[in-house]
Amino acid sequence: MDVRSRNHVTVTGPAGGPVVMLAHGFGCDQNMWRLVVPALEKDFTVVLFDHVGSGKSDPSAWTRERYSSLDGYADDVLELCRELALGPVTFVGHSVSAMMGVLAAAREPEAFAGLVLLAPSPCFVDDPDAGYRGGFSAEDIDELLESLDANYLGWSGAMAPVIMGNPERPELGEELTNSFCRADPEIARVFARVTFLSDNRQDLARVSVPTLVAQCSRDAIAPPEVGAFVHAQIPGSRLVTLNATGHCPQLAAPEETAAAIAAFARAGG
Amino acid sequence: MMCETGDAEEGGRHGHRGPEDEQAQFSALLEDSAEDLYEHAPCGYLSTLLDGRIAKVNVTLLDWLGYGRDDLVGRKHFSDLLTVGGRLYHETHYAPLLMMQGEVSGIALELKAADGSRLPVLVTSTVKTGSDGQPLLIRTTLFDARERRAYETELLRARKDADLERDRLKRLNATLQRTLLPPTLASVPGLDVTAYYHIASVDEVGGDFYDLFPLVDGTWGLFLGDVCGKGAAAAALTSLARYTLRAAAVYDPDPATVLANLNTVLNHEYNGNDPRFCTVVFGLLTPDTDRDGFRVTLASGGHPPALLMRADGTADYLPTPGGQLIGVLPDAHIATTTVHLAPGDTLLLHTDGLTEAHTVSGDEDRYGDDALLDFCRTLAPTNASDTTDAVRGLLDTFGTGVEDDTAVLAVHVPRPTRQKEQ
Repeated sequence: MDVRSRNHVTVTGPAGGPVVMLAHGFGCDQNMWRLVVPALEKDFTVVLFDHVGSGKSDPSAWTRERYSSLDGYADDVLELCRELALGPVTFVGHSVSAMMGVLAAAREPEAFAGLVLLAPSPCFVDDPDAGYRGGFSAEDIDELLESLDANYLGWSGAMAPVIMGNPERPELGEELTNSFCRADPEIARVFARVTFLSDNRQDLARVSVPTLVAQCSRDAIAPPEVGAFVHAQIPGSRLVTLNATGHCPQLAAPEETAAAIAAFARAGG
Repeated sequence: MMCETGDAEEGGRHGHRGPEDEQAQFSALLEDSAEDLYEHAPCGYLSTLLDGRIAKVNVTLLDWLGYGRDDLVGRKHFSDLLTVGGRLYHETHYAPLLMMQGEVSGIALELKAADGSRLPVLVTSTVKTGSDGQPLLIRTTLFDARERRAYETELLRARKDADLERDRLKRLNATLQRTLLPPTLASVPGLDVTAYYHIASVDEVGGDFYDLFPLVDGTWGLFLGDVCGKGAAAAALTSLARYTLRAAAVYDPDPATVLANLNTVLNHEYNGNDPRFCTVVFGLLTPDTDRDGFRVTLASGGHPPALLMRADGTADYLPTPGGQLIGVLPDAHIATTTVHLAPGDTLLLHTDGLTEAHTVSGDEDRYGDDALLDFCRTLAPTNASDTTDAVRGLLDTFGTGVEDDTAVLAVHVPRPTRQKEQ
């Protein structure tokens, strides 16, 4: 399968420049990056993509087996790196994608110039025995699944072909409000579980590439102590706390976020 | 409004309210201050800073939540009012959408009241921008959605039940379909035989069938057929056809006689106002003692003709003209033909799901007999497994254009040299 269309890859910026690959988290798609791309594409080759099951990725590529763990997504990232053959990339992973970057870099460090972990969390669920606070309980995650269900009533079979890409009439998808965050409810449920129930605390120490942990100053999903934990576990990593609040600094404070990414990537990771 | 004023005028002198009174009353209503409208609107109003901090809230929402104004303004963020799951949804969907689109509408969330109770709401937000287009604050309206959510929850539950039932039906159909086909084909000495069954719809049992089984003295019987219709009735007919053919072949293996017996059985079974019929080709395979290979006698009751792909690379239909549908007439005419299957030859039996398939889904064009013959001419010379693989690939290219189930059975006599090599 052609991974470019599978992941709806977009490449902008000068060819041959240092490469920045932007990976969106659970919820929306590569549009999440559109406020930081203008600043980055001046100096970098910027690679954007949608995770399989999100945005305009190829829905037929989604299988429960492959995408029931973050390993499947990490495989996709490595396949993208190989297929695009742009040399080592600075991988910017937002939220759950930060851990995809961690898994991919642990497996094939040579594919990466560095990792930017934006609002990362290696484990959202509390682990009192280990003294770890992720911020959520398993019941909270069930509640999120209910919220997803409650907001997918309008999905249904009739909307699916429009939302999941209509090659003959692409404008249909654009016109729909909320379309950036639409996904097949079945897929969204599985992705929500993978996102919020994965535990990658043990994988952090396996990262050997230069890493920047960038957290927000007030983030209901990935609180400061979680960012500090990630920083402490990844050898040689740097931690910055952005002024941005919320869980999506690339939207709330695009200039600051782009500057942090650019400074790190320019230094070669 | 104009009409009402006119009506009121008529009764004005008889103690009813005059137009002046009515006007005054309207004015009194319209003097309802904007402030009062905001505070006591039948929906919750909330204004927050861009980071979600609550800047203004109306009385309606405070009453719903059981909070005082000072509990919220400047102290809490909008997401603090949500359940934890709702907060996750807010951070991963709602907030990003709002920032990207400038508005989000009709999202179902749950508020957590001061006493811990929950209130389902439908939430809509817009970003208010200044004259320079800079976002300033977020305006949010919240509608009480208790009734609606209860109804939607009921709908969701009903859909889940329906999904479960549909899965159950699919499993049942798949199981039924399997029982109508041999789990594996018998292994015939000196022959390679493969079959493929293409299921057009997982919601209904199709009516195609085939089998291959031993008869006396090294001879073998095979059949492939297609009953009319789909679903449970077709499955019952398929079952009847299969065991009748097996039993009839033991009694007298002459192919025309076997089909004549099936015809009699179907006529007896479905005599009356529910005629049921099928098309079948029945074959008797006898090892040729004079030369290598097999003698094949085929009898057809209204079934598409078999195709012979020869070792020399040629291919042709084996016509069985005049054979009539089995089960319609008391004495159906059954056509037979006999052919020698030499080493390297491959015989293909198929049901019309293949030739009737639309080559482009939704298009009128059907694949047709000529196209199949051309297809087989490019295949020849071939063998059994390559043939069924090729047909399988062909059906895949039609996608949903294959409207009917399709069964194919390929019989091949391996060349002696290849046998030695193997």
